[in-house]
Amino acid sequence: MTTTTAVGAPKDAPTAKKKKSRDRSERAAYLYLIPAYVVFGFFLLYPLLHGVWISLYDWDGLTPATWVGIGNYTSAISDPMLLKAFSHSAVLIVFYAVIPILLALLLTGVMTHATKLKRLSFFRVVIFLPQVVASVVVATTWTAIYAPDGVLNKALSLVGLEAVTRPWLGDFAWALPAVGLIGTWVEIGLCLVLFLAGVSQIEPELYEAARLDGASAIREFFAVTLPGLRPQIAVAMTLTVVAGLKSFDLIFVATRGGPGTSTTVPGFEVYHRAFDLNQVGSACAVGILLTVVILIVTTLIQRIDPGERA
Amino acid sequence: MISKREATLNYLILGVFAIIALFPLLGVLTSALTDPSESSASLTFPSSPHFENFLTAWNEGHFGTYMRSSVLVTVSVVVISSLLAVLAGYAFATMRFRGQSVLFYILLLGLMVPSEALIIPLYYDLRGVGLTDTYWALIFPQVAQSLAFCTFWMRSFFRGIPTSLIEAAKLDGATRWSVLWKILVPISRPALLTMAMLVFMWTWNEFLMPLVMITSENLRTAPLGLAFFQGQHTSQFSLLAAGATIVAAPVVIVYLFLQRHFIAGMLAGAVK
Repeated sequence: MTTTTAVGAPKDAPTAKKKKSRDRSERAAYLYLIPAYVVFGFFLLYPLLHGVWISLYDWDGLTPATWVGIGNYTSAISDPMLLKAFSHSAVLIVFYAVIPILLALLLTGVMTHATKLKRLSFFRVVIFLPQVVASVVVATTWTAIYAPDGVLNKALSLVGLEAVTRPWLGDFAWALPAVGLIGTWVEIGLCLVLFLAGVSQIEPELYEAARLDGASAIREFFAVTLPGLRPQIAVAMTLTVVAGLKSFDLIFVATRGGPGTSTTVPGFEVYHRAFDLNQVGSACAVGILLTVVILIVTTLIQRIDPGERA
Repeated sequence: MISKREATLNYLILGVFAIIALFPLLGVLTSALTDPSESSASLTFPSSPHFENFLTAWNEGHFGTYMRSSVLVTVSVVVISSLLAVLAGYAFATMRFRGQSVLFYILLLGLMVPSEALIIPLYYDLRGVGLTDTYWALIFPQVAQSLAFCTFWMRSFFRGIPTSLIEAAKLDGATRWSVLWKILVPISRPALLTMAMLVFMWTWNEFLMPLVMITSENLRTAPLGLAFFQGQHTSQFSLLAAGATIVAAPVVIVYLFLQRHFIAGMLAGAVK
């Protein structure tokens, strides 16, 4: 707050008047903010702080809680279950973020001058479509594809690979990559659309200069396209990595963390601990830990693109 | 100029990815039209279309009830968050007040915190005041989660409007309130539309919130209803597929009509 003390002002009257109108203007601003902040405070800030508070207790949701301080956190980070959940997240990030981004970059590089194509908007609409379909619908669809008598197994048998067929989501080794591939399917369109939009913003002169210098397609990609796409890559990474870290809906509907615990993720652990195991304090601690991980990862990703303060 | 060979290669790549994106979704659509007696737990293609599956899913699968809940919750969330965000965005964009940056950063928190971190305390808080298993338990938390994005969205749009326009209106004696509703909001219609669409999509597709908050079957939203239906009707895949189609349709239809705004908005709203 900057106090308006008019130094050496000849008269006091205008200053006082100005201050009065300023106060009135401040009051008005708060009136405009109150409705939003009341809802935000009651339904987001308060639960968040309450969650931190609960995470410091051993509580089953019914009987009185006992204070354990950071006990839930120390036991969480040494809990093999939770470490497993986070390691599954790491695998999912490969499928949700790394593969889609690399693939989309490769395709964008190959598709020279793609932005001048006719009917590009048609393809963009179709490729982006998985992003807007409800995750429960996506999970239901892919559960059918991966089913024992599903499309994937039928296709494999058709090409003589019966030996490979299996109930993909019920297989200890394959369930996690199978779920991951659903993520790849969802996120690839997002990355491709982002990068194609990004390429269209790169100045054509840069490409012409590269051509004149006799740069090969590969050199052109690394010298012009890749640096030009830095902001889009940062956005794509933020979106896909966070999607990979969260991924609750897909896991819950497709596998419920199973078979065994082979596809459990932190978001699922939160739900499972609170409502199946009645370890509410521990569930809240896992939720806070997940938040911290997301904050750290997104902050690190923002570093890629110093120009953008997202 | 693009050579013909280059163009063909480009179309080939785009075509392959379009097919990959479409295949599972079209598979669900064709399965939804398959005769229930022919249907299997995989994607099927009907010998003749059976549209009555949609009717069966709507009535016997209770998707009519689920859709009503979803419409009620989604419309409420879109209307309330838009209204609150217009007011708050206006204050942030055009007024100076004490604590402005602190309040702004607090709101920023709303963009960062995943719902997984909120859902458990929220459940016990709402249960404490008897709000669980009501639509309010779905509406207010989702308004709160949309507010950060919506307020930023409106603030940045209002900031882009030339101040001379506002000054001129004030000289004509317009109050702060009427400047907002008579000048700024009408100009912001495209931005408001994009924002409303995104909130519509996020709310319609939300799964965790109804999963935790709702126990009564007649209050289930469409995605929650589908998840339960999937657990019970694995043998009647054509009905499940019809249900899945019904659940996905509203957002997909709006998307097809307003795709340009949708894609632009989702990419611009990347912070969420």
